Amino acid sequence: MQKVYNTAEEALDGLLFDGMFIAAGGFGLCGIPELLLEAIKNAGTKDLTFASNNAGVDDFGIGILLQSRQVKKMISSYVGENAEFMRQYLAGELELEFNPQGTLAERMRAAGCGIPGFYTKTGVGTVIADGKEHKNFNGETYILEESLFADLSIVKAWKADETGNLIFRKTARNFNPPAAMCGKVCVVEVEEIVPTGSLDPDLIHLPGIYVHKIIQGKHEKRIEQRTTRAAA
Amino acid sequence: MWDRNQMAARAAMELEDGMYVNLGIGIPTLVSNYIPEGISVTLQSENGMLGMGPFPFEGEEDPDLINAGKQTITELPQTAYFDSATSFGMIRGGKIAMAILGAMEVAENGDLANWMIPGKLVKGMGGAMDLVSGVGRVVVVMDHTNKHGDSKVLKECTLPLTGKGVVNRIITNLGVLDVVPGGLEIIECATGVSEEEIRSATIAKIVN
Repeated sequence: MQKVYNTAEEALDGLLFDGMFIAAGGFGLCGIPELLLEAIKNAGTKDLTFASNNAGVDDFGIGILLQSRQVKKMISSYVGENAEFMRQYLAGELELEFNPQGTLAERMRAAGCGIPGFYTKTGVGTVIADGKEHKNFNGETYILEESLFADLSIVKAWKADETGNLIFRKTARNFNPPAAMCGKVCVVEVEEIVPTGSLDPDLIHLPGIYVHKIIQGKHEKRIEQRTTRAAA
Repeated sequence: MWDRNQMAARAAMELEDGMYVNLGIGIPTLVSNYIPEGISVTLQSENGMLGMGPFPFEGEEDPDLINAGKQTITELPQTAYFDSATSFGMIRGGKIAMAILGAMEVAENGDLANWMIPGKLVKGMGGAMDLVSGVGRVVVVMDHTNKHGDSKVLKECTLPLTGKGVVNRIITNLGVLDVVPGGLEIIECATGVSEEEIRSATIAKIVN
């Protein structure tokens, strides 16, 4: 089966529909599927729900879909860097569901593993626990969190082979593997597609079984906070 | 009274050799500057890294290598990378010995509030709720009072909680207090600060 496509538009063709639920990888602006987000913006798909740790900045990442008013709801742990997000949220134009970061990651991972829910101590005694089932295990209270089954996963990896085996680079891995696992279909953008057989099978981070379509492209890879130390 | 750096230096004394530790944003980040001689700790960054190194030299910034505050950082010889689910698996699973983090309010029963002020811009809890409920020990570093002079060490938190009964030790500009059955215990006074001064700046019940 051919998984390699020429462009993000081709890879997403037939997969997008209004009101759909998309899981996106990335942390801040690190390891975000920037090419696929741009293609979704150009496709004009509306009323999107995104599960993504952050919402990008005003002009990059999911921020570009907020500007074009294509997002109905965000499921995120932290949205501090996006003024347009705040404006739409405070104006009641955008729904927001805060998830603790680890709960968000596990809701994705568990969905990809066929686990519809799990119990966690995270958030017990806070607003996060409101309305959720509480259960006692070994004398401690846990809450039930339900998994996130997405219509589509969009992720960014460093390298893929032609069968979709993926390798990520440094902290750009972050949410990409769990986001890739939780969608019915997963489209991946990479910096380089290498011939099958050229990656060490022992060093694959995410096996190609989770990956349905792959594109290679040029990434801006914007830095959000450039911090340095003085030369010694 | 301790300044920011002295509070960070005092917090660094909580570290033990071989510990895996997560440092929050703000004063807790400064703790890495004061790790005592002969003690080796591994810093976790919850976006998927163990063995966090210092900021890069100018020109060596890598967009694929950031910490949980989205700042460019570097790796160390012992560094390992992993995905967010694995990262919070080790946090939730109790593998991280200690988290040192900032707070808006702490209560005498160990309740912690540090993510949300109702009516103000809400940015989100990030990984704070997972950390405080998952790690072995939670050390809070913060000013004892807010900028209006009101105590941040309370009988009950007024702000939405990050975690219930999660704090073990509080390090402030006035001293060190532990959460113990029935209230707080004064462990240490900051330089030039008396127990009386700590008591008068504290609304929480002090039991010793």
